[in-house]
Amino acid sequence: MKKDQESTPSSTSTGGGATTAMRVIVPLQGVVQGRGGLILGSVIPCALFYFFQLYLKRNRSKGGSGENSPPPPPARSPSGTHLQESSPLQRVQSRSLLSPRGGGSSGPAPLLASRADSIAKQADGPYYVGLKRVSEDPYDGSSNPDGVIQLGLAENRLSLDLVQEWLAENAKESILGQDMSISGIATYQPFDGLMELKVAVAGFMSQVMDKSVSFNPSQIVLTAGATPAIEILSFCLADPGNAFLVPSPYYPDLDRDVKWRTGVEIIPIPCRSADNFCLSTTALDRTFNQARKRGLKVRGIIISNPSNPVGNLFNRETLYSLLDFATEKNIHLISNEILAGSTHGSEDFVSLAEIIDAEDFDRTRVHIVYGLSKDLSLPGFRVGVIYTFNENVLAAAKKLARFSSISAPSQRLLISMLADTKFIHLFMKNNRERLERMYNAFVTGLKQLGIECMKSNGGFYCWMDMSGLIRSYNEKGELELWDKLLTVGKVNVTPGSSCHCIEPGWFRLCFTTLSEKDIPVVMDRIRKVSEICKSRS
Amino acid sequence: MRLVVPLQGVVQGRGGLILGSLIPCALYYFLQFYLKRRRSPPPPPPSSPRSPSTSSANLADLPRSSSRLSLSTRGSIGRVHVSARAGSIAKPNTSPYYIGLDRVRGDPYDPVQNPGGIIQLGLAENRLTLDLIEEWLSKHMNEAVLLGGVDGGLSISGIAPYQPSDGLMELKVVMAGFMTQVMGGTVSFNPSQLVLTCGATPAVEILSFCLADQGNAFLVPTPYYPGFDRDIKFRTGVELIPVHCRSSENFVPSIAALDQAFNQAKKRGQKVRGILITNPSNPVGNLLSREILYNLLDFARERNIHIISDEIYAGSVYGDEEFVSMAEILDSEDFDKDRVHIVYGVSKDLSLPGFRVGVIYSFNEYVLASSKKLARFSSISAPTQRILVSLLSDSGFVQEYLQTNKQRIRRLHDLFVLGLEQLGIESTKSSAGFYCWVNMSRLISPYNEKGELELWEKLLDIAKINVTPGSACHCIEPGWFRCCFTTLDDTDVGVVVDRIRNIVETCKSPA
Repeated sequence: MKKDQESTPSSTSTGGGATTAMRVIVPLQGVVQGRGGLILGSVIPCALFYFFQLYLKRNRSKGGSGENSPPPPPARSPSGTHLQESSPLQRVQSRSLLSPRGGGSSGPAPLLASRADSIAKQADGPYYVGLKRVSEDPYDGSSNPDGVIQLGLAENRLSLDLVQEWLAENAKESILGQDMSISGIATYQPFDGLMELKVAVAGFMSQVMDKSVSFNPSQIVLTAGATPAIEILSFCLADPGNAFLVPSPYYPDLDRDVKWRTGVEIIPIPCRSADNFCLSTTALDRTFNQARKRGLKVRGIIISNPSNPVGNLFNRETLYSLLDFATEKNIHLISNEILAGSTHGSEDFVSLAEIIDAEDFDRTRVHIVYGLSKDLSLPGFRVGVIYTFNENVLAAAKKLARFSSISAPSQRLLISMLADTKFIHLFMKNNRERLERMYNAFVTGLKQLGIECMKSNGGFYCWMDMSGLIRSYNEKGELELWDKLLTVGKVNVTPGSSCHCIEPGWFRLCFTTLSEKDIPVVMDRIRKVSEICKSRS
Repeated sequence: MRLVVPLQGVVQGRGGLILGSLIPCALYYFLQFYLKRRRSPPPPPPSSPRSPSTSSANLADLPRSSSRLSLSTRGSIGRVHVSARAGSIAKPNTSPYYIGLDRVRGDPYDPVQNPGGIIQLGLAENRLTLDLIEEWLSKHMNEAVLLGGVDGGLSISGIAPYQPSDGLMELKVVMAGFMTQVMGGTVSFNPSQLVLTCGATPAVEILSFCLADQGNAFLVPTPYYPGFDRDIKFRTGVELIPVHCRSSENFVPSIAALDQAFNQAKKRGQKVRGILITNPSNPVGNLLSREILYNLLDFARERNIHIISDEIYAGSVYGDEEFVSMAEILDSEDFDKDRVHIVYGVSKDLSLPGFRVGVIYSFNEYVLASSKKLARFSSISAPTQRILVSLLSDSGFVQEYLQTNKQRIRRLHDLFVLGLEQLGIESTKSSAGFYCWVNMSRLISPYNEKGELELWEKLLDIAKINVTPGSACHCIEPGWFRCCFTTLDDTDVGVVVDRIRNIVETCKSPA
């Protein structure tokens, strides 16, 4: 009854002694409490409606060019008088648009889609600026020793010699086949990839994941890289305005891949260094609820495992909890496992497919993204994989693969390469060893400079903590250091802010495009920058 | 000084003033009410709130028992949602174009192994000159793939690492040269205005993304290639408005029809952002004359809309008529070029659809900038790009190939048309492409889409040939069919004619 007592005075003052049980409820009363509530609550929606109507009217009749004061909306009558009123106005307008065209040779620029406009004009973040700077002035030990060293591109060149050797021997036979047949490559092939390649890729995936799980080729859709794989999944799982939750830091390209054309939003789930950048329940839960409060529909969670840019692995328990969470909220779970074969530590990689295999979860919400860009060091080949248990998604993704098909010669080449199990085994073993050696060399080198790295078990990078070197402990300070590293140190690293990292001072450093003799050069350059930073403070 | 209230336009007359004020208020009230009800039961916190800063709050610490509990109750709730657009895309396609293609896949004709199978006349693919390509590839494959190095040495760095997602500059240069060669050397293409994609399909889609927003529309003269409906509408949300062309005008688009369609769309409140033409046309196979191209440009300028010209068959012209590219028109006169975009590819003219190589050629720098960025979703595999760089650089081979190919298409076209004429079936005069546009309206009854589809079904089920009915191409006149003949050889043509003869006889006998 407390409520009633509270509301009585206000209702008596406006309504003049009306009983509490018979209060008048008007729109917006919740917003405009108090005395004027009744009047304001009625007037505001009316006014809004009026302006809304006016706005619609103006936009339609004048084609968007309304610089004059709005004319009172004429009464819309079915008789012909209205038509006669408005049509001369339109014609006059179109004439005035036409006349400058007739005079000059070039008319007004044709309109572009607003989505294209935003894509074309989008300012590039430091991630892309850095990549561009390297492409303009790339370091080369002999021909351009003062160039910028690329540490921003997640590309593995450590074992390309093995691939080259194999190609030199087998390229021709594998593309054209033993009987030199053209029809397997020139004519139309299934848009979602050749069945032979699906079988080979399924085998390769289970080999990469240490045979702990087997993949069904008929659940695979092949695309021109993991980028379209992720985009296609976004198209299939979410409608415009829906959202995915993504633990941050996440790799900078994901924003483009998910958001550009699909109209889907990404909501970062902040992870902290105190948790080793592992996903925490509370953060996940809070982010989900906040999104819901904002009226956003969350359709799924996207994780990358091994994580990019941190390089840590999701353990079994975390994966179970994620699946539980997804089941509870009835949302999807996309696991990007493109680095599954590029692990180098002692920890075991656990695929989400393995978890699904082992227990009785609802599989239709699980989708795995894979590709040959990282684990086979072949990003130029553009081969990505969607592995899904959901029939509807599979059917839609197969149809959408027509926009992102892989060229047939490359498919043939890969079928042979993946079938050569001896080569694949040799490659994987060597590649892991080389990755581990480079990683250790870098971590040790950085430690000598006083820079700590997060412990990592996979990927092509170190996630290093340079917060000791930044002047102001915020994004500005971080970007200043990044700029210094790029212009003074001439090394391009990816700042944590590009990865939506919540803590400033973290940087991703990709080491797999270098050879071992480049390491001292990189260390010297970083030392130079760190000394400048320290001397100032 | 009339009093204007909201919704007055709707609720005319006496009660207008009151109703016009009341209705919006009521609507608002219910909206508020609705929102309140949906929000009010606040989601119960799943577990006792923890301090977010504690580092131990990892997912692993989540008591599994509680989540299992919720799992069991959820078990009955059912399936996870996919997006609405995926739902509509995943539905089986009901267009006879795709049904026919699927049927052939299940039971393809082979003169030796499966003589009772279905003959494919529905797929625009050219196998007449593949022997030349095969010969070239078997000679040059190894060097073509691996000769990517700057110094001409064997190099992996040209194919394995990341390459520009809008295509290698080397390929753009030779592609521009190839396009010039294909179009008779009358116009030169600037390699920096090219964006390469994995097929013409994504090229068309990317242009649609760039030129039109959701709900906008393109005008498309009919009959048009049935794949456009997918390529453009699936993901972009752009509509296609058919502009009907008639047999009496040889299916050439008229400005009057375009004008009418444009105005009708405008009246419906739909924004038209461009015209999409195919030249040489698919499925008719005729060419747009210089005069029509000028008129189209004038129309586009007057309405301030774009023109997308799909010229993917430019090099497969076998008739006497001269092919005129939109690029040539732009070159010769001072049009504003910003509104013109050309689509090309090697799927048709080089008979390499499996390679998935398409081209966007645009004069508009904004479109170029955004297309280049969007090409990351549709990049061409690097080994293929290297092969094509070598192949297209061999201009002697390309010249010989184009010439031989034209001769062979022409020969087969003449053979096919002659065979049909003996059955009394006429085709429109065509000068390009891999198909005849055949008039079988005599054989259908009733004279409408239903009759056409009945005949199509009869051809597929009884005669076992898969052709594309005009209705799949949005042709307004019933009884027209597209027959692709470039997957056949001479003896196959005989078989096809025989099979059609059977149908002709059964159609005539009841009448």
